[in-house]
Amino acid sequence: MMHAAFFLTFAVLTLAGAVAAALLRNLVHCALSLTVTFAGLALLYLSLGAEFVGLTQVLVYIGAVAILVVFAILLTRGSGSLPRQMLSSSGWRVGWLAAVAVGFVLVAALRDAPFAQSQGNAPVVSVKEIGQALMGPFALPLEIVGVLLTVALIGAVIVAMPEKPMLENPVLKNQMPEKQGGAE
Amino acid sequence: MLGEGILKGLAETAKNFAGSFVSEERLTTVEYPEQRLPQIENTRDFPFLVYDGDDAMAGLRCVSCQICEKECPPKCIYITKSADKKPDYVGKAQFYPTRFDIDVSVCMSCQICVEVCPFEAIKMDTEFELSTEDRFGGLILDRHKLAKSNEYYHQIHPTEAAEVDARLAEEKAKVEAKAKAAAEAAAAKAAADAAAKGTADATAKAAESAAKSAEGQA
Amino acid sequence: MNLNAGWASTGWTSTLDQIFVLVQHRVAELFPPVLQPWVAMILGVVGIVAVFPAIFALTTVLERKGLGRMQNRLGPNRVGPYGILQPMADAIKSLTKEDIIPRSADAVVHFLAPVVLVVAIFLGYAVLPVGRNMVLMPIDAGILFFFAIGASTELSIFMAGWSSRNKYSLLGAMRAVAQMISYEVPLLLSAVVAIMMTGSLSPEAIVAAQGGFSGVLPHWYVFTPWGFAGFALFVVAALAETNRSPFDLPEGESELVAGYFTEYSGFKFALFFLGEYLGMMSIAGYGITLFLGGWGAPFSFLAFIPSWAWFFGKLFLAIFFFIWLRGTLPRLRQDQLMNFAWKFMLPMSLLNLLVAAAWRFLGEWLGAGVGAEAIRWLACAAVLGGTYVLLGRAMLRRQKIGPRSYRYAE
Repeated sequence: MMHAAFFLTFAVLTLAGAVAAALLRNLVHCALSLTVTFAGLALLYLSLGAEFVGLTQVLVYIGAVAILVVFAILLTRGSGSLPRQMLSSSGWRVGWLAAVAVGFVLVAALRDAPFAQSQGNAPVVSVKEIGQALMGPFALPLEIVGVLLTVALIGAVIVAMPEKPMLENPVLKNQMPEKQGGAE
Repeated sequence: MLGEGILKGLAETAKNFAGSFVSEERLTTVEYPEQRLPQIENTRDFPFLVYDGDDAMAGLRCVSCQICEKECPPKCIYITKSADKKPDYVGKAQFYPTRFDIDVSVCMSCQICVEVCPFEAIKMDTEFELSTEDRFGGLILDRHKLAKSNEYYHQIHPTEAAEVDARLAEEKAKVEAKAKAAAEAAAAKAAADAAAKGTADATAKAAESAAKSAEGQA
Repeated sequence: MNLNAGWASTGWTSTLDQIFVLVQHRVAELFPPVLQPWVAMILGVVGIVAVFPAIFALTTVLERKGLGRMQNRLGPNRVGPYGILQPMADAIKSLTKEDIIPRSADAVVHFLAPVVLVVAIFLGYAVLPVGRNMVLMPIDAGILFFFAIGASTELSIFMAGWSSRNKYSLLGAMRAVAQMISYEVPLLLSAVVAIMMTGSLSPEAIVAAQGGFSGVLPHWYVFTPWGFAGFALFVVAALAETNRSPFDLPEGESELVAGYFTEYSGFKFALFFLGEYLGMMSIAGYGITLFLGGWGAPFSFLAFIPSWAWFFGKLFLAIFFFIWLRGTLPRLRQDQLMNFAWKFMLPMSLLNLLVAAAWRFLGEWLGAGVGAEAIRWLACAAVLGGTYVLLGRAMLRRQKIGPRSYRYAE
């Protein structure tokens, strides 16, 4: 009873955030609504007893991804509202048609799908077990993911670096002082 | 080494922190309403009107010439000239201000009014606790509030006030000397007239009366 | 009850130690059994919501007085005896002040930002052990919970800066977010050593692991080479994370008026202020939990003093240290801040992880004994200290000290 109430609250929160993220006009508002969705998902995970996943969801999605989204919005096109006619272009009828078709297919598929009844309670996985799994059987995949992320990071730094160092630029070189003082 | 400066700085502030509880001379704060610093003699902020004698309104040196009103850069002085005249410190009949207001919320303390006043009537005050609940009316000071005695002036700016008094006395002496000379000239003329008439004692009488009248004027 | 060595579990000392827990139970027992867990929880929440803002109020006046003394001033001394009632006056002032929302501001987000910030920071106290058996929500992944909550405060700072529609606010928010993201990495990594050594993410387990005594000295992590380095790195990262001086660039008065809360007034401003100090206290609390033995006594013969008294005593010392640093250090420049995070803090904390692992395995290989312990201690300390000196030298050499040169404005 209690659990169902929590679940419903969190589910409504998640869905409301998602709907708001899709419908709001101001991009930053969309990003903030998306954060509400992330938070709702984290709460859902926590209410299901998946402590580690829930907290990681908060740490990674609210703490990092949402910030990244917001930064991307601010650094690219500004945070102003979109003009109205972008949504009332001629293609929106086709869009509705596609949406109805997809919905129809989904409903049909769900009606025919055989749902297995869940077998008792979900297994409780403690943070310690996750850690041991990551350091034991999944150590190699973890390392590979780590290397991949490092490569991505270095790649991003190289892309972001200025193409010519400042000292090679003849205009700027002339403006630089001859010597920048001794090292102390 | 990295962090050395931080440790030195921490030691310094710790010394200050502990020292401020031990030695009183570290604390330079003067706790204002209870403690006050002695005033510097040349302090000045807003103008006031000097009066002589006991009656503030009767003794105002201001003759309502309105030079200060015209010279005031922010135009914060408002003067209304009187219709009648009354004698000033040398006894000469002068106009006086029926209204003399200074809006201290506008005044910029430039002291130009003091510099242009030919009568030493307006001087700079040192009073700074002027806060009021009424920011419009309360900051317009009328002639009653502005009038302060010459003794007060001596109190706040002794050197300057002494100079002013000396100057005034000199002027007064000059005026007296002039009046005396004029009286003597008049007496001499009268004597000459009398001599023309040929009565020696009349000459003496006239000279006496002329001297008396000069004295009376003084 | 996890009793540790050196703690007399009998008599009035234990009653005093557990006094708040006992009161909570007694009050909860007055209610029907169904409601009892809820009542107990609400009492715990009320305790946290009452105690920490009270410490905040006290901190504001102590900070102003302490800073004053460090600058040979008196500090506030007008309201009440020795100015101790100054927070009351400040509270009345901020409550009665006009609440201004700029016309072009995003009113909803502008309103939500301080609320979200304070709520998120209060959540962080849920897993903080402030005394023996005094945790509101004893969960297994407590430290992870705290870091997750700490990461989500960045968003409310961004919300405040963005919704104000003020360039200072936005710049302050951008600086704050960039700084917090940069220093979150060393903060997490420096905390990881304590988690690694305990083998648990639960704050109570970490405190319990530091509970023993050798002679009279406690087994706090800060007394090991990796623990000391981790603690120092944690303190620096915590200062940056909470925007305290010398890392207060996001609210540098000389540059950004007040940073992301420039456009806030009255009670919302007070909420930001509260949030900042609560954040500082919670991060200090976790520093204490991770490295300074939590609520444990510093000497075995002082263990009769209640655990909560030790925790709050350590908290006040930490706050004093923060005030002391604020009175001493000037504000960093943005490039110095970032260089320090990525070129010093990050390598040091990564190295510290390695040293902690080496400590663990050296302990296994060398076995027990004073000699083995000394070798292990010296080896780890030498590695960390040497790297510190070398990194510091390199950083100082790279620093170009000389006349300021301008690229565009000449």
